[in-house]
Amino acid sequence: MTGGGQLPIASNADIVMVRQRVRTAAVESGFSLIDQTKVVTAASELARNALVYAGGGQVSIEIIDNTPRRGLRLEFRDEGPGIPDIAQALTDGWTTGGGLGLGLSGSRRLVDEFDLVSVPGEGTTVTVTKWAR
Amino acid sequence: MDRVPILKLGDILIISIQVDLEDQSVLALQEDLADKVVSTGARGVIIDITAVEIVDSFIGRMLATIADMSRLLDADTVVVGMRPAVAITLVELGLSLGGVRTALNLEKGVALLDLARSTPR
Repeated sequence: MTGGGQLPIASNADIVMVRQRVRTAAVESGFSLIDQTKVVTAASELARNALVYAGGGQVSIEIIDNTPRRGLRLEFRDEGPGIPDIAQALTDGWTTGGGLGLGLSGSRRLVDEFDLVSVPGEGTTVTVTKWAR
Repeated sequence: MDRVPILKLGDILIISIQVDLEDQSVLALQEDLADKVVSTGARGVIIDITAVEIVDSFIGRMLATIADMSRLLDADTVVVGMRPAVAITLVELGLSLGGVRTALNLEKGVALLDLARSTPR
């Protein structure tokens, strides 16, 4: 499993690395070009969120091969301040970081499964899954 | 950090993004471009994203910012060469880039700028 593994998210260069590794894993999972583009874009948003809002974190990239279903699961973990109001954070246009407010809400639309667990003061974990079609 | 070269062709500035840009490089590009529009008196800016594999909200915001900024500096902006998968993803992400003019390729982008300049504003 060359495309899987763990990556740190501690700098802008790491966000680029996350995009590249997720791309490799998406190709390996048999994703169409459009699905590759969607999952890499979602990964870029979530990696940037971890860096901007929590000062960094890590991502684990897992290729799921449960025949006949193949897919990709990405888990972004940080130990930042957490999200006090998750519903609000998932609303288009809501931001506390000066961005467009599309990182969480937009990336949720780009994947098939989206799970967000956040404990104020302890951190946030966002797990997304996309299936190959 | 990568710095994107800005080429000048007549009164048009052309930027072709060829590498996966770090966020800092994106911000540097915005500033470099604003300086260059003023120092050259350019009337048009073309951003070629043919080689760009993904446009996330950060890059999308850069495109919108450059278009707004250039307009304030009396230049028109056209984004050219967007890949179909990028367009589909951007819309789903929620970024339709309403204020950004686009053309399918560089040639059509130049034609669009020529047209804009021959029409009174």
